[in-house]
This record gives sequence, structure tokens and C-alpha cells, in this order.
Amino acid sequence: MPFEDYEPVIGLEVHCELKTATKLFCGCPTTFGNEANTQVCPVCLGLPGTLPVMNGKAVEFAVKIGHSLNCTIASYSKMDRKNYYYPDLPKAYQVSQYDKPLNYGGYLDIVTKEGTKRIGVTRAHLEEDAGKLVHAGGKSGRLDSSDYSLADYNRGGIPLVEIVSEPDIRSSDEAHAYLTALKSILLYIDVSDCNMEEGSLRCDANVSIRKKGTEKFGTRTEIKNMNSFKFVKQAIEYEIKRQAGVLDKGERVIQESRLWDVTENKTKSMRSKEEAHDYRYFPEPDLVPIILDPAYVQKLKVELPELPGAKRARFETDFGLTPYDAGVLTSEQELGKWFEVGAKLTKNPKGFANWVMGDMAAQMKEQEKELKDLKFDQKKLAELVDIIDAGTINSKQAKEVFLELFNEGVSPAEVVKSKGMAQVSDPKAIEAVVGKVLDENPNVVVDYMGGKQGVIGFLVGKVMQASQGKANPKMVNEIIKKKLDS
Amino acid sequence: MALSEKDVQYVAKLARLEVTEQEVAKYTQQLGNILGYIEEMGKLDTANVEPLTHPLDMKNVFREDVVKPSLTQAEVLSNGPEVQSGHFKVPKIM
Amino acid sequence: MELYQKTIHEIASDLKAKKVSSVELTKATMAHLKAVEPKVQSFITVTEEVALAQAAEADKRLASGSNLTPLTGVPLGIKDLLCTKGVQTTCASKMLEGFKPPYNATVVERLNAAGAIMVGKTNMDEFAMGSSTETSYYQKTKNPWNLSCVPGGSSGGSASCVSADQAFGSLGSDTGGSIRQPAALCGIVGLKPTYGRVSRYGLIAFASSLDQIGPMTKDVEDCALMMNVIAGHDEKDSTSANVAVPDYTVEMKKSIKGLKIGIPKEFFPEGMNPEVTEATKKAIEQLKSLGSEVHEISLPHSPYSLAAYYVLAPSEASSNLARYDGVRYGLRVPGENIVEMYSKTRAAGFGPEVKRRIMLGTYALSSGYYDAYYLKALKVRRLIKQDYDQAFEKVDVIVTPTVPNPAFKFGEKTDNPLTMYLEDIFTISINIAGVPALSLPCGLSKTDLPIGLQIIGKPFDEGTLLKAAYAYEQSTDWHRRKPTLKES
Ligand SMILES: [Zn+2]
Repeated sequence: MPFEDYEPVIGLEVHCELKTATKLFCGCPTTFGNEANTQVCPVCLGLPGTLPVMNGKAVEFAVKIGHSLNCTIASYSKMDRKNYYYPDLPKAYQVSQYDKPLNYGGYLDIVTKEGTKRIGVTRAHLEEDAGKLVHAGGKSGRLDSSDYSLADYNRGGIPLVEIVSEPDIRSSDEAHAYLTALKSILLYIDVSDCNMEEGSLRCDANVSIRKKGTEKFGTRTEIKNMNSFKFVKQAIEYEIKRQAGVLDKGERVIQESRLWDVTENKTKSMRSKEEAHDYRYFPEPDLVPIILDPAYVQKLKVELPELPGAKRARFETDFGLTPYDAGVLTSEQELGKWFEVGAKLTKNPKGFANWVMGDMAAQMKEQEKELKDLKFDQKKLAELVDIIDAGTINSKQAKEVFLELFNEGVSPAEVVKSKGMAQVSDPKAIEAVVGKVLDENPNVVVDYMGGKQGVIGFLVGKVMQASQGKANPKMVNEIIKKKLDS
Repeated sequence: MALSEKDVQYVAKLARLEVTEQEVAKYTQQLGNILGYIEEMGKLDTANVEPLTHPLDMKNVFREDVVKPSLTQAEVLSNGPEVQSGHFKVPKIM
Repeated sequence: MELYQKTIHEIASDLKAKKVSSVELTKATMAHLKAVEPKVQSFITVTEEVALAQAAEADKRLASGSNLTPLTGVPLGIKDLLCTKGVQTTCASKMLEGFKPPYNATVVERLNAAGAIMVGKTNMDEFAMGSSTETSYYQKTKNPWNLSCVPGGSSGGSASCVSADQAFGSLGSDTGGSIRQPAALCGIVGLKPTYGRVSRYGLIAFASSLDQIGPMTKDVEDCALMMNVIAGHDEKDSTSANVAVPDYTVEMKKSIKGLKIGIPKEFFPEGMNPEVTEATKKAIEQLKSLGSEVHEISLPHSPYSLAAYYVLAPSEASSNLARYDGVRYGLRVPGENIVEMYSKTRAAGFGPEVKRRIMLGTYALSSGYYDAYYLKALKVRRLIKQDYDQAFEKVDVIVTPTVPNPAFKFGEKTDNPLTMYLEDIFTISINIAGVPALSLPCGLSKTDLPIGLQIIGKPFDEGTLLKAAYAYEQSTDWHRRKPTLKES
């Protein structure tokens, strides 16, 4: 079957570490990168007799995530134990949520080339992170060939929110857009660092394919170990092709977990010998239910900042931006804020947006600068936009002025003045020069009169030359035409 | 529900308990008896009864997000059967 | 009378009056403890050094005369499932041999703050699973009333050490009767407080929604004194209730005139040991003669409590005991890979009863069986709780026998787990409902074995329990009887 006739069905599970000061159930710090087993106490080491006490801040952050993903916040929620043995799990159960997640039934709107699409969010629940294993000996670092492993519980017990999407995603691009939008939201509401290298944002993908136009889902695989958005995209693309290949051969896709192998650029079966998962979930008896006061839940909703989606829509209407531009400018909260201040200082917010996304973004990237490092404020960039719109300088000059602004922070008006760039827009002055040029080129005038309209460009060039490039080219053009046609 | 030796083997595996054949036979019989007794509960009509997980009617016990001292690495590892360079060492996983 | 034979309230006044120092008292107690220990075997670990150091500290406090509590300088036993910093805590399991917790249980902290002395860690059924202390990996504790009989369990060592005057009191834990049943069998007072009354932090969990720590003492007043120290809210235990704690020694002395006592007919089944029936009925008459009113009541779902318990407790236990995997502490048996290491370690570290319950609980929670067992048991749990709620609308306390029979011989019930489980038939529904109950001596059998009376109260109404118990105790002398450490 042609590859195009298959339709992928993708659901994403994103684990997001919350940036609380302490772990979910104990007072150990959550700082990343410290020496092994130095951020561990009897509780998060799972010592016999210890008991968990819920971090209220983690609940607050989780509810904020729920609100920002348009979820229903559960009127009754509880923690459950998920039982399984693994050396990174000190109690041999993970405290998580099973049938009563804190948040459920939400959605997230994503923007792709095809437009806006709504992706369902099944649930966003609270749970504790596991510790970290280092696989050592043998072909070092690889799970399947190591001789032994070393356990570090610093990360064990850090609060996580697991955000599970509906299988509404239909391409690797949509998956990428979903993750980008989700990360943007999590950063806006300031609940996570979303640092994929440090593992504070992790993603697993459930991927299956089906024949286009059919309803029934195919057998899915779960892809793990994708620690960047780029890898998620690549892994999903690979997996779709792999599954199509399997089906084309008349074979069946096996339901299994697969690891993304960065070096080989392929997903690999984990070939786990363990029995089918039987997690024996049951209510965590050491913790009491979470039954939040509706007023508190509402307060957290009201306190949320304007989210990327709303801001994007507002930028479109308020500033006449295209959905794409509005999307770029709202992708990061700080950038959106910076833009909005400047957009209000000029009559041409769209022009301002172009500078922000164009030359300014390019220079920032090239010079590895962030907004806080800029030597100028929005007022000065707005000044540049207005000077251009007034026809005082041409676009080539504008670029020069911008560089001065970016590198030295000099106000555009001053640059124009000090470099004598101001365009001549005085009709009388231009008329004088035009008159002189026409007098000096009688043959060209004759040619024009004879119907050779094209020579006007030559005349404009001469006038510009004579004015040392300062004459307003648009006006020069108009005045020449006026004189010749009269 | 009759308990089979296969059930006992499955459960022992889930619970990470190595069992001998004799133990499987013994547990199948003993656990079967106990389950028979437990199934007395089936006589009660509980269709309209809400489950009760906590004897006390409590909710929302939260603590402040304030850092408290952790143990030292030496204390963390002090009871470890096998430790290496600040970590707990375990045999290979695969 | 020897010093060590006194009660806590008696010895506390001697200490306060400086008739004896804590070091002298601790030495005398320790000498007696060691003298009878070969016969009784109450302790897994005797903590003489710790005790003497604590006694020296207590003496400073006693000398200064400030910051004194009735427990200051008094030697006590601690059940070996309560974590004691730097002192081996085994749960009577091979799994935790040599395990030294880096922290103290909250109750241990509270006893320390009160100036109490720890003489040792008491023997118990492995991980508190049993009713005779026979499942201990370490030793068999004997009943001081008859050394060929069990002391009950799981807090067998905590009961025998108080009964044999090896300590003035002790802490036990009770998941289905583990304080009250050994208290009854050893002729002492044992209280299981309301769930949430005493912090569980540092109590090595058996079944988290049922476990409670409580005092085991020579008389009711001592029980009240210990409760004054250990009860109260603890922010380290989310299930610890923030309910005000009264002075139990004051509550205890209030009158029981007009106290409404309920007698549940389900707790006097046909074929019960006639001596137990008779002793219980006499005790009820006695309470009536002291001014209380007696009403027959019904707890209709109590016959199902044992079944519900043997789903709930093993299920929670199967999860609570999963952490003993040979990675971070305790026993490790080497294996080729991690799964083999886990399975060999757990096979070698746990005894048969613990394994049985882990398997039972794992089965009840496993895919496909959850609704039939665990969910069903949670529903039955609500029905049992509702029985108590309804009963307590009519009566203030409920009185029953603690155990159907006096102490039994070693090995008598080890072959058939179910017969052992039936030991807890009268105590178990109390844990399921989370209400408080105590056992106190109410008679001796013809063969000189103690019989216990159980008084059950409303949640957080331990004061009324103690009041009823104290009134009864003051009008009888069962609590003054001493065991003779005879060999049957
Ligand atoms: Zn911790």
C-alpha cells in the first residue's frame, strides 16, 4: 500500500518536573546536578517506617497546569500506589494517581501550516519521580550490556505531572507543534524549567498507523528515550515508516515499548522479558484524599497569566499580525511582553513586529544575546519604525541605523542626524535638482516623450546621484513624471 | 474462584519470591483455604455501598514547600548491602 | 515488693521523691530483666548501654526538679518495629537483621523527650504478622503465666516484658489485635488508640490503614500516663489527626454513673470457652453495679470482619513489604541479575507467614481480582464502620471478651493459618472501623491463665474507655496478680 495511504495515530505522554523547592513527599531539595545520594532523607530513601506528606506547592502547580490545559479540576482526587520492582524505585511502588487524577478532560490548541488544531488532553496527574541508574561495567553506559548498575536517589521523589494527550495527533509535525505549545504554556505559568537535557521534561509517544479513512486504531508501540523535540519528530517519523513496512509485508505490529537510538537513528524493541505489567494499583493508605475548595481552585485560575493561545489571538486582532507572526511573538512569554510594549509605541505595530522577528532576532542569534542583554529599549526601535514610515531614510539606511542601535544603543534619530542620512522630502528642493538633471539630459527627455517610458529609471538614478542618495526616491519619481507629463 | 498452582507461581513471580515446587503446592492449598473463607464476603450485598479506604474522614493534608536537611551520603549508604562510589550497587538489570 | 514490680505511677513518685535514682532503678530492672530473660525471652535486643546513658540524663533532670514527666527515669520496652536511631530494628525478621535506622520513630522521640528509659527492643511476630509471636525469626517468647504457652502476638515481647516486670511498660502496635490479644493473654492492660491518635511515623508498616501504636502497662493509670506522652498530632504522619488530647489521668478518674455500655450479641458465639464467657459476664455485672447501664446491641457485619481484614491487611502489606529488595538496606542474597537477586533475597529474608500474606495480598490486588477482593473488602469495611457509628449513637462504650480463649500452647495453631487468624475474631473489626479499644485483666482460668476484657470506644474518646476501665480495675484486683514463670 502506498505510504500516503496510511494515517498515523499518535498520543503523547509528557512528564514534567515541577520546580518546587522540595520533593513531593519530603523536605529534600530538588536541585539538579549534585553529588549522588546527597539529597536523600529517610522518606525518599523509602526507609521502613517513613511516611509521605504532600507538598502543597506541588498540588498548586499541578492545578495550574490543569487550568492552563483547559482541564476539569477534580472535585475529589486521591493518590494511588503503582507497584513494580526496579532499583530506581526505593519503595518498590510509585505514588501516582490512577482512577482519580487531579486534572482531566482538557485540550490544547496547536498551530501548524494547515492552521489551528485542537488536541485533547486526557489527564494531567501528579506523581513522584524515580531515582537514576548508571549502567556500568561491560560496554559501559548501555543497559543491555552492563555488568551492574549504580543507583542514585537524588531525583527520587521529585514531583512530576504526567500530561497524557488523546490520540488526536496525526503527524510528527503536529507532535512537534503540540510539544512546543505545551512547553510554552508550562514556561508561561512558571511551574517547570522544561529542561530536556536535565530531564525536567520527558516525552513518550504512543504510535500506531491505520488505513486512511478507517476508524479502528492499529496496534500501537510506545517509544521512549527521546530527549529532545527533534528526536521526538525523528522517532515518530521512523516508527510510522517501520510500522508501514511491517504491515506491507503482511506482518503484524507487536504491542511493545521501543527505545529511540540516537546513534543509529532508529527505534529498537526493548525486548523486555518481564511479564505483562500488573501494577496492582490501590489507594495510597498513607495519604489522604485531595478535595480542593472550589474557591481556591478558582483563585488559581484567575491568577494565571495570559496564556500563549490567548495572547496570540489578541496580537492578531490588536496589532493586525498574521497567525504565524503572532505565534512566533508569543512562543516565549518575555518576547511577547517585550513586543507588546513596543507595538503600542508606534503607529505601525506590524512594522515593529517585522523588525523584532527579522533583524533583531537574527542579530540576537548571531551575537548570542537575550532580551535582557539588549542595549536599547522598545521606544528606540519604535522610533526607527516611525522614521522609516515618515520616509526620512530608505530601507538600506534603515538596516545601517538598526545595527548602530543594536550594537551601540544609539537612538535612530541621532544616527540619522549624525550620519546626515535624512532623506530630502522637501518638494521644492527635489524639484530644483530634477530641473537641473532634465536640463542636463535633453536627449533622454526626448526619448521619454517619444514613448520610451523606461528611461525614467535612468533619470531617477541621476537625481539620486545628484542628491547624494538623500532624496526621497518615491517623491523623485513622482516629480519627474509630473514635470515630463506637463 | 479456585486457586491454581499456576496462579501461585504467577503471584510469587509478581511478588519477587523464589518458591520451590513443594512451596507452590503448600501455598496453593493454604491460600485456597483462606480465599475460601474470604469469599464469605460474597454473601453480603454491597452493590450500593461506597468503598471506605480511610477509617478517618480526612482530606488535604499538605506541607509547606520548605527545604529540610537531608541525610549525609554516608548515612544514606550506611545500611547498603553493596555500595560503590556514592551509589548503591545492584546486579545487572537485563 | 521489689522496685521493678511497681507500676509507673508508683515508681514515678519514688523517683520524684528521690527515694531511688533512675540509674539505680535502671540497674535493678536490668538485673531482673536479665535474670528472667532466659525463661521469657521478651527481647530481641537489650539496650543496656543506651538505658544507662538515658538514666544518667534522667537523673540530672530529676535532680533539677524541672521539666519532669511521670515517665522521666522509668524503664520501658519498645516493640522491635519502632525505629530507634542507631539501634538495631529488625521487625523480628531475618530481612532486617542488623538494620540500624538513621532516625527515631515519633513515639520514640516523644518518650525520649519525656525522659523515659529504653531497656530493649521487644520480640514480636515477624513484621507483626501473627498472634503468638511464634513467627519471629529470632526466638520464641514465653507467656510468664505459663512458660509452655504463647504470650500472644504480635506484640508478644511487649506484653511478656511488662507481665514479667522486665519493664514498667512498653509500646506495642496493633493491626488486628496485636496489642490487645497479648495484653489479654499476659494479664496486662493494652490500648489500641483511635486510628490517627498516635503518629505512625517510624512504625514499620504492616497494614498502613489499620496499624496503630499503643501502650501496654501494668494498670490503667499507667496506660493513661503513657497515652499522655505519645498521643497527639504529628506533621510527619498525614493520617495523624489534629484533635486535642485531654489529660487522660483526669478523664480516667471521672465517674461512670449512667455510662451506657453496649453488649454486642455477635461477640458471644455458641461454643466459646465458658471460662471466658463467664469472666466477661461477671465483669459486665461489675460495671453495672458501679452505676453504668447495660444495653444489648448488634454489630451485624462483624462476622465478616475477619474476611475483609484478610484482604485489606495482606494487600497493603504486599506493597509495604515490597521495599525489602536487597538494594538499600537489610539482607541481600546475590543473584546473576536483578530479578534473581530480588527473588532469592526475599525468599531467604521472609518467613512462611509473611510470604503467605504477601502472596495473598498480591493475588487480591492483581489484575482481574481487584474488584472481587480488594474493592469488596473496602465496601465491607464501610458496613463495619457504619455498625459502630450506629451503635455509638446509643451507647458510650462497647464491652466484649478480648480473645475467645486464654493462652494456648506453642505449636498448637501453627499448622493451620486459619485457626491462628481466628484468635483475632473479637479484636479485628475495631481496626477496620478505626475506633479505640483496650484490653484489661478480668479473670484467671482454672489453669491460672489470664482472661481479658475488651472495652471499645468512640473515635478519639479514649478518655471514656480509660474511665470505664479504671472504674472496673479499682473495684477488682486482677491487675495485682503476678505470674509465677511456671513451666505448665
Ligand atoms: Zn527526602
